[in-house]
Amino acid sequence: MEKFSNFTGLVAPIDRANVDTDAIIPKQFLKSIKRTGFGPNLFDEWRYLDKGEPGMPCESRPLNQDFVLNQDRYLGASILLTKENFGCGSSREHAPWAIQDFGFRAIIAPSFADIFYNNCFKNGILPIVLDKSVVNDLFQKVKDTPGFNLSVDLEGQTIQLPGGESISFELDTYKKFCLQNGLDEIGQTLEMKEKIEGFETRHRQSNPWVFEELVL
Amino acid sequence: MAGKTLYDKLWDAHLVHADDNGNSLLYIDRQLVHEVTSPQAFEGLRMANRTPWRTSANLAVADHNIPTENRDQGIADPVSALQVETLVENCKSFDVPYIPMDDVRQGIVHVVGPEQGATLPGMTIVCGDSHTATHGALGALAFGIGTSEVEHVLATQCLIQKKSKNMLIKVDGQLQMGVTAKDLVLAIIKKIGTAGGTGHTIEFGGSMIESLSMEGRMTVCNMAIEAGARAGLIAVDDKTIEYVKGRPFSPKGELWTQAVQYWKALKSDEDAEFDSVIELDADSINPQITWGTSPEMGMDVGDAIPTSGKNGIDNALDYMGLSDGGSLSDYKLDKVFIGSCTNSRIEDLRAAAEVVKGNRVAENIKLAMVVPGSGEVKDQAEAEGLDRVFEDAGFEWREPGCSMCLAMNADRLEPGERCASTSNRNFEGRQGQGGRTHLVSPIMAAAAAIHGHFVDVREMLEAA
Repeated sequence: MEKFSNFTGLVAPIDRANVDTDAIIPKQFLKSIKRTGFGPNLFDEWRYLDKGEPGMPCESRPLNQDFVLNQDRYLGASILLTKENFGCGSSREHAPWAIQDFGFRAIIAPSFADIFYNNCFKNGILPIVLDKSVVNDLFQKVKDTPGFNLSVDLEGQTIQLPGGESISFELDTYKKFCLQNGLDEIGQTLEMKEKIEGFETRHRQSNPWVFEELVL
Repeated sequence: MAGKTLYDKLWDAHLVHADDNGNSLLYIDRQLVHEVTSPQAFEGLRMANRTPWRTSANLAVADHNIPTENRDQGIADPVSALQVETLVENCKSFDVPYIPMDDVRQGIVHVVGPEQGATLPGMTIVCGDSHTATHGALGALAFGIGTSEVEHVLATQCLIQKKSKNMLIKVDGQLQMGVTAKDLVLAIIKKIGTAGGTGHTIEFGGSMIESLSMEGRMTVCNMAIEAGARAGLIAVDDKTIEYVKGRPFSPKGELWTQAVQYWKALKSDEDAEFDSVIELDADSINPQITWGTSPEMGMDVGDAIPTSGKNGIDNALDYMGLSDGGSLSDYKLDKVFIGSCTNSRIEDLRAAAEVVKGNRVAENIKLAMVVPGSGEVKDQAEAEGLDRVFEDAGFEWREPGCSMCLAMNADRLEPGERCASTSNRNFEGRQGQGGRTHLVSPIMAAAAAIHGHFVDVREMLEAA
């Protein structure tokens, strides 16, 4: 994973609550065995007027011009602004893969679904939780101001508005550390190999049935 | 000091390490693996030159992509076929136990786990699938994870987690005739909302939950995620132990005795404190139908379709083709789906068959299908003659898999088609682009198939 660095980016608004991972990346694209290439199918059913299938060249597909990400003023956006419970439903990590592949690096919402929230950090995406009133205010600003940018400062845990106003956000220390350093969590965990082995030995003694071989 | 909740106990029993910021390393006893969320995880292992920590902690089965008919001809869609072949190859090269497609034990991973005894009380269980919450019905701490975490568990047998809050949903009283575990959980989601359980593990308790069968308990825990909670839990009791007994991977002999003794303590202490408690009276619950595009958008059978108001409601009504309001029974259905990890167990099929028996699927229904949760459920149903009941009525009787719950295989809705479905999600496009899903219980789906539109199944049951 690449290190997350501070950036300034264009904000695109999706004014819906409970955006689910089926909407973020529909099921037919989950048949891929790769981790990349999902960006063109991000929000596929909202973004295109035809029915998308894996392998279709997306450049020639008819676009739904009403969909926010297809509008000129939001082209090149790297910050997604949205409403409550973003990423609910299926655990598919294809959702953050698609979001990242499309070019988003941060998502701002009043709340996220738990599995999706965790999945973001494994893919260098920063999900930022802000108060509902602050989010609503940002929606208004984005609407009123074409080219509305925000600057994201991970170290300082703030976002900065064009006028210089700064809004801070909460973030778990370990998640922040992994993002900042682009760390492989598995490598980190394996540094505790002895501790895991120690636990496993004790657990095997107290719950031996857990360790029975599965012979099919 | 207050006692511990069941979640606290399961958490503590698997805690390898806790840091100062509340991040913990949790040991995972069992990982269930399927074809959709695992290829990139195995590939990650390969790239980093890693091997699984404990191969036999894993059990793999293909379920999402596989066809529910003409299996002897293999998988027609080459992209789906490649994904299943990739699972087969990965299991072979990493020595992970795999149940093949032509094996009677094959089925939906959340049906197979408990059925084979791979899911045991007291375990920590993960799977790259949000409906892993199902296994909590057996008193196991079970939750869905993303693919990076699938790889993490394969490599380390652990996950980095933050402990969630404790929520108790206490249901007392009795369900009326014609009201099922599915209606109960839909009513709960309607009450607390689709994010109501976010950040929590939900324990379902109370006399009504205790009286539920294990199948019913699995239906309830399955949909904890639809209320935002990664894990649902139900305390272990004699019913749990009776269910686990004698299953292929359940402990035997001395180990069994030892395990049962341990499992019997898997319940919340009397004086345990929950961060939130929600109480429901089962007697007041009616058969449920969802009208919208989120599982929280539900109503009692017979209620009027909500009229427009807020933005979210208008979007949903528009998508569902219900902007004209009125009664849902005025809208014709096109398809009926009985299946999914929520409602494809033997008890579900028995109940649906009881309603179907001696009736015919209505003319306007283009497809009514029953997809058993596993090969073993299918065999059992056939031994009881349920397949004939369904087929005589005009249902299609299919091979086990996830099928039209998420339409990754050939089973799907066409744009605009309206479906009565026993699955768990009514999201836009979930069962096929433009498809309109109404979530209901198996008996409500069966009754709808017979009438061609939604009816109150209680009227059919009373007339019978």
